Amino acid sequence: MNTIALPAPRVSLLRCYALEARNEFLRLLRAPSFALPTLLFPPMFYVLFAVLFGNRSGFQANVYLLATYGVFGVMSPGLFGFGVTVAHDRERGWLTLKRALPMPPGAYLAAKLAMAMLFATIIFVILAALSTTLGGVRLPASAWLSLLVVDLFGVLPFCAIGLFVGSISSGSAAPAIANLIYLPMSFLSGLWMPLAVLPAFIAKIAPTWPAWHLGRLALAAVGQAPGEPLLPHALALGAVAVVFTWLARRRLARG
Amino acid sequence: MKQAGAAASWNGVRKRYGATIALDGVDLAVGTGELLALLGPNGAGKSTAIAAGLGLVEPDAGEVRLFGESPHVLATRRQVGVMLQAASMPDTLKVAELLAQTRSYYADPRPTGDCAQMAGLDGLMDRRYGRLSGGQQRRVQFALAICGRPRLLFLDEPTVGLDHDARGLLWQTVRGLVAEGCAVVLTTHYLEEAEALADRVAVLARGRIVAAGSVQQIRARVTQRRIRCISALDAAAIGAWPEVRSVCRDGERIEIVTDAAETVVRQLLFEDSGVSELEVQRAGLAEAFVEITREAA
Repeated sequence: MNTIALPAPRVSLLRCYALEARNEFLRLLRAPSFALPTLLFPPMFYVLFAVLFGNRSGFQANVYLLATYGVFGVMSPGLFGFGVTVAHDRERGWLTLKRALPMPPGAYLAAKLAMAMLFATIIFVILAALSTTLGGVRLPASAWLSLLVVDLFGVLPFCAIGLFVGSISSGSAAPAIANLIYLPMSFLSGLWMPLAVLPAFIAKIAPTWPAWHLGRLALAAVGQAPGEPLLPHALALGAVAVVFTWLARRRLARG
Repeated sequence: MKQAGAAASWNGVRKRYGATIALDGVDLAVGTGELLALLGPNGAGKSTAIAAGLGLVEPDAGEVRLFGESPHVLATRRQVGVMLQAASMPDTLKVAELLAQTRSYYADPRPTGDCAQMAGLDGLMDRRYGRLSGGQQRRVQFALAICGRPRLLFLDEPTVGLDHDARGLLWQTVRGLVAEGCAVVLTTHYLEEAEALADRVAVLARGRIVAAGSVQQIRARVTQRRIRCISALDAAAIGAWPEVRSVCRDGERIEIVTDAAETVVRQLLFEDSGVSELEVQRAGLAEAFVEITREAA
């Protein structure tokens, strides 16, 4: 036995990753409780507040809210896509089975990340289409590109937070916890309406929230935050991504 | 216990969870083309032994080797198939999608059609996992376990929730895999399953191997035999014979459990010339199992 060499493994890692990501996407697309709110709420709010009521406010609502509802949109695939599915997979033993199977390490999280990026891109495209047609937004190509880059970068910290939520909560508690993070943080970060129209203390504590930092980057991308230094926001978001990924991995390693 | 060339071996494996000792120095090995059944009451450590075998649980002491390698090595696990006791898949994925995903982990996977046939999934490939019955879901889990042409297969309670026909198909498939040289480690509550499939049996109790050997050897550890006959004798009177462990009457039939069948039969024929339909049977694995785990407790 010892002298018999194992057959040379010819596993296509690319194929593993691709199938893993495809299944993750199909799985979420077929779960109405995820796909509908994730894909519908940001465009719905944009139409409501930027297009229908936007012109009465004293700021460029159509452009401002394009940036902030974009951020609102890219938060949810990470928070819910990671948070709820990781909690379910843990609870139902699917994660344990995948660890026992010869799944390439990293394929599980890479697939979820790719899925979150894809959903974020879809939300970006929907908002871009609505803002240019109904909202009358005109931006240079470089601004659109910057906004897309910011949105995709912004997926990372919220995937990390979602992963952490999934690593500590049960499948039934995860959506509630994700919502408790998602909705208050969006409001307190000025994603629904500018912080200028909210009480001053909300603006004061805003730097606590990763969504605020991402919002500033998105506003800068579309020219709504002139002179904003970008590096501190990017560093804050990177730190959130690293810390929550580290916390989640530590928690998941304990089984 | 043989180790060189073993498909899987546990060497002095200990694992403790807080104050609970799950595995207390377990030595086991399974060779190619061999099926080892791990038996034991609930909480005896069977699932922990499987989890340690798969690298899901890190032993506090001792080591597990699969084909001489650590179970953490990906190339090693590519030789291994697994069906866990409690592992369910995402409800919204179709059977074919789950199978395609798992097949991609292996270098030379079995064709999808073969997997479906061997696990009894014909006609179910386009169904979503969440819409399958419990037994059908178990069959999907079995298909994922065998889809990579494993040389070593871990099956943790594989037939729980399966109906009679599905269990028969699974047994047949497992026998076929063993005949091709696959090593199988199986845990089960159904002793007839171990009796039907196993080359060797190991009985775990409180984290220790309390008996190991072939099914015949394990059964031979128990000297009890069972005598059945039709007799008019009074059951209580038979129960008073010194060699009789227990006796019960069911209508005109009497069933006697004893360690000295020959003596009891002689006495029986002496006292009742009308005895008919006399049968003497060695205790089955079930009786042996009860006896062994009672001794260990």
